[in-house]
Amino acid sequence: MVVKNKKLNLKDKYQYLTRDMGWEPTYQKKKDIFPDEDFEGIKITDWSQWEDPFRLTMDAYWKYQAEKEKKLYAIFDAFAQNNGHQNISDGRYVNALKLFLTGVSPLEYAAFQGYSKVGRQFSGAGARTACQMQAIDELRHSQTQQHAMSHYNKHFNGLHDASHMHDRVWFLSVPKSFFDDARSAGPFEFLTAISFSFEYVLTNLLFVPFMSGAAYNGDMATVTFGFSAQSDEARHMTLGLEVIKFILEQHEDNVPIVQRWIDKWFWRGFRLLSLVGMMMDYMLPNKVMSWAEAWEVYYEQNGGALFKDLERYGIRPPKYQDVANDAKNHISHQIWSTFYQYSQATNFHTWIPEDEEMTWLSEKYPETFDKYYRPRYEHWAKEHAEGRRFYNNTLPQLCQVCTIPVLFTEKDDPGVFSHKQTKYEGERYHFCSDGCRDIFQYEPEKYIQAWLPVHQIYQGNCGGSDLETVVSKYYHINIGEDNFEYVGSPDHKRWLDIKGLKPLDSKSESNQDAA
Amino acid sequence: MSVNAISEYKAEHRDRVENFNGMQVLYVYWPHHLMFCSPFALMVSPDMTFSDFLEQVLKPAVASHPDGAEADFLNADWQLNGDAFTPEASATMKDSGIDHKSMLTVTTPGLDGLSGAGF
Repeated sequence: MVVKNKKLNLKDKYQYLTRDMGWEPTYQKKKDIFPDEDFEGIKITDWSQWEDPFRLTMDAYWKYQAEKEKKLYAIFDAFAQNNGHQNISDGRYVNALKLFLTGVSPLEYAAFQGYSKVGRQFSGAGARTACQMQAIDELRHSQTQQHAMSHYNKHFNGLHDASHMHDRVWFLSVPKSFFDDARSAGPFEFLTAISFSFEYVLTNLLFVPFMSGAAYNGDMATVTFGFSAQSDEARHMTLGLEVIKFILEQHEDNVPIVQRWIDKWFWRGFRLLSLVGMMMDYMLPNKVMSWAEAWEVYYEQNGGALFKDLERYGIRPPKYQDVANDAKNHISHQIWSTFYQYSQATNFHTWIPEDEEMTWLSEKYPETFDKYYRPRYEHWAKEHAEGRRFYNNTLPQLCQVCTIPVLFTEKDDPGVFSHKQTKYEGERYHFCSDGCRDIFQYEPEKYIQAWLPVHQIYQGNCGGSDLETVVSKYYHINIGEDNFEYVGSPDHKRWLDIKGLKPLDSKSESNQDAA
Repeated sequence: MSVNAISEYKAEHRDRVENFNGMQVLYVYWPHHLMFCSPFALMVSPDMTFSDFLEQVLKPAVASHPDGAEADFLNADWQLNGDAFTPEASATMKDSGIDHKSMLTVTTPGLDGLSGAGF
């Protein structure tokens, strides 16, 4: 055999390794090979129109990723050897990691599964390859996030059983159900949900605050993970935009279908990100920017430009965008108040913001914080000082779609819950908003199956009838270590010890920590 | 609309009353008291009287709020699933038309939460 050119040029390589993977079948019907490509009603007339902005081939992909991995793990090792956890801004910061590890890292894994599945469904080779690479990226992110944060597990509570908690703990049904909804949809809806609405439109609201938050708070391990994931995220975002433009350009019948998916997944993503809003405004001891500022930059400005650009395809901005824009001044406070009162059932701690943090919140939220939210914290701080730390001893009503407690308020009235209800086949259903009710009403059969943690406890499916049994035995939350107030917690005492400070006098808490 | 699926799509209501071992879920919303972050999801027996519900379920639920002890719930303004509702102390949940996953909204005139902030 004579080899003419030992090395292929980039163009040929791309052709051989990507597009030539999509041959015309001869002894099987195409429909049998790709059976799920058209049931959603999306019409693709010409897959060859798919553009790959990165033109990345598998061999190059492995090489780049391996190099990044080597650097990343060198830094993780150095972080562990140098006791990097001692250099963070404050022990409270670790609670943001607990939320991330139980709420976000399992989603990376779910994304890996989702892209593996949908990548199989497309008859276009370019889309298949892009999904394959993203599947591997997501698996890598899930793994490297866990490795980045595993060092903290040696020194702090609440990080010991993240994937178990993701499947069971009440508030983690919020991220879990988001991805389960996407993964149980068809391949084009999955891409619209995850690649476009989440990765392209909303991901900056998760990763920028989180990675900058890590940098501002001295968490080198997580910052380094962020850098290592950055080029992957850029590729995912580009795929997200390409997907949507490709589908819209293929056939005009696709436009209303895509519009409905954008409406749905914008709303679901916005609800999910309210957890990030809380993290930014309350859980980072050194603040990066407020949730409201982040929403203005990354959604109102960037998203505004994007939807202007998509106008030529007949796409309008997502329904209820006005509600989301208005809510930017409220949701982080409402969510933190919720976790504050249900800390007995979380794997992380909560606390009342310190005085300078309250001042910062007043400055960032001049129209809402002092009027609606500061009084709550002042009251609760007083109660706590008098030995009555406030916990809500009932269970909350949950939204049938997003599974968040019905805690959000009306756009024009922050004193009234935006509760909505409907009946379907004689059964009553309740929602946090019009946005979630609309999603239900379009596909009620899907959401009547929702695994609502509160109802599951009441049905006796969570290991016991009292909350303590559910929290300890079913959730694997160690009572008195992982949960309750931060002040006086074992984590707090350990942090004071690390910093050589005298532990606070805490009569009410028993310290069973052996460290 | 219904789910667009690859095959026939059949689904069960996961939270039918039969699944609650003889009990039913009752939601209660007390406006202007946002100290409680959302409406309560409570468990009641369909045979429980309204006054027992007030004494044994609702009052303990709101006890941690300073307005809780002052509220005269029986003579407050009630709504059942959005419609005006007049509770009868001796009537059971069933007799009062309060079915599974119903929502009661109770407004207590004069008690508008703390600090004029409705919480």
